[in-house]
Amino acid sequence: MNSAPAVEAINLVKHFDDTVAVDDVSFEVPQGTVLGLLGPNGAGKTTTVRMMTTLSRPTSGTARVAGHDVVTEPDAVRRSMGLTGQTATVDELLTGRENLALISALYGLDAATARRVGGDLLDRFSLSDAGDRVVKTYSGGMRRRLDLAVSLVATPPVLFLDEPTTGLDPRSRVELWEVLRELVRDGTTLVLTTQYLEEADHLADRIVVIDRGHIIAEGTPLQLKDQSGAAAVVVTVSHADDLPRAEELMRSVTSDFHVDKGARQLSAPAAGLGEMTRIAAVFDGSGIDLDDLGLKRPSLDDVFLRLTGHRAEESAELEGEEALR
Amino acid sequence: MTLTRLERPEIRRTSLLTQSLAITRRNLIHIKRMPEMLMDVTIQPVMFVLLFAFVFGGSIQVPGVEGGYNEWLMAGIMGQTIAFASFVVAIGLTADIDKGIVDRMRSLPIHTSSVLVGRSVSSIMHSSIGIFVMSLTGLVIGWRIRGSFAEAVLAYFLLLLWGFAMIWVGILVGSSLRSVEAVQGVMFTVIFPLTFLANTFAPTENMPTVLRTIAEWNPISALVQAVRVLWHNGPPAPSDAAWPLQNPVLATLIWTVLITAVMAPLSLRAFKRRTDV
Repeated sequence: MNSAPAVEAINLVKHFDDTVAVDDVSFEVPQGTVLGLLGPNGAGKTTTVRMMTTLSRPTSGTARVAGHDVVTEPDAVRRSMGLTGQTATVDELLTGRENLALISALYGLDAATARRVGGDLLDRFSLSDAGDRVVKTYSGGMRRRLDLAVSLVATPPVLFLDEPTTGLDPRSRVELWEVLRELVRDGTTLVLTTQYLEEADHLADRIVVIDRGHIIAEGTPLQLKDQSGAAAVVVTVSHADDLPRAEELMRSVTSDFHVDKGARQLSAPAAGLGEMTRIAAVFDGSGIDLDDLGLKRPSLDDVFLRLTGHRAEESAELEGEEALR
Repeated sequence: MTLTRLERPEIRRTSLLTQSLAITRRNLIHIKRMPEMLMDVTIQPVMFVLLFAFVFGGSIQVPGVEGGYNEWLMAGIMGQTIAFASFVVAIGLTADIDKGIVDRMRSLPIHTSSVLVGRSVSSIMHSSIGIFVMSLTGLVIGWRIRGSFAEAVLAYFLLLLWGFAMIWVGILVGSSLRSVEAVQGVMFTVIFPLTFLANTFAPTENMPTVLRTIAEWNPISALVQAVRVLWHNGPPAPSDAAWPLQNPVLATLIWTVLITAVMAPLSLRAFKRRTDV
């Protein structure tokens, strides 16, 4: 394996008329790793992916995929990557097998190889039984899997996935994650966009957070969570009546804590596990019933909130409303 | 899911022709799966032939034509059908752009133009089916080609050529409008009346002066007149008719070149603008 990054965005900028969709976005994705581009709807994730996959010409800046420049060597880039777009871009009137055969033909595979590759992919994505059925009859999850299979016909070293699980039910989503992890184990480099913090948390080695065309944070999921402040020990009492006593006990350990009466929770910032064991010790044998006692790290949701001042979903709704207007 | 490692097949460079054929094949599979897509070139023109022949046929007199109005009508209906080749292209292209199929193709190491070529070829085949079906219907209601074989072939060739010029209009409309519904709307409010404001279904001589001038300079009139004259299905244009009707074959060739020259760059620009976002 050579150590050059599989994907590099270099000062990517894209203007549409007077709006700036992407503003000076740069990042690197080492080979065999997963980069999550996280951001609300309209943040510029899709435009960034479209520039990196040669679909959209950058206003300035460029990107390199498998060492090839998207602006000057688009054909070489297209040979090195697969793209699964936001909506499953498979042909509804073709069967799964015909969809794969079409793409194989366009890649110039001979008929025998195309059949073999198509069959293998259908197997791998559990679509063998449905392979000869028209895609119109597929479920959302099956379409996504076929879409992914189609992107893998040439087994590209780099795969771009634009919101791969949007609109999928939770089970299909988890299944797709499993498939993606498998690809990464085989050495594929993934760049995926998502508005689901959970998805980025599950899949990505590194996360780049984009909002309004800018990168506002980047790092591993853990680093991002740490940036968003320390962890907290959270005690949840079973009965609201016990809250005053619990507060007293808590005060014996630390004066710096916060009570959320509605959630029957007391939380105290914790530097580490020591804090938690001390708190656990005072509650132990106190006779207060607890639902839960544990160390809580901030979720990526908290990170997002802190970085952008709004929650990812809220912003997505806003965009939607704007689009309706 | 199985854990077999995927093989990495060798990608070979394919020609524009190979790619276009692969995409044409895909479009033809669509027609096979959804034969109702062919309604516009089968049931609809047959219905038109029968409606016009039997509803208007009795009232419209075309002097000097052996087979009467029914025979005179055929060139008009064929001209109208081939004009709708633009509609077929536009609908197919908009749907493909809308569903992300075009983006999928553009992310592959192929010529982007193969998407357009494939779409055009399948649309021409689509429209040709219409011409064929109408020829059969015409034969049933008494239409005959009364000219020479060479003239007959030239007429069909002109229809086909017209279809190719219409492709550019289709690409322009398909790339400029956002949805299949919008394409249908524009086509029915623009192209449809345009095919009537001509010599397609009634002779231009009896139209009011302004309308007559417009109708005779309507590019489709030249095509229809050319086909009519080549099949000996109608009399030559009267001496006071506009130039295109006096020289219909030449005029048709000029119109197709002109339409292509204007529409091709416009439509390619629209396609690029639509997809490069």
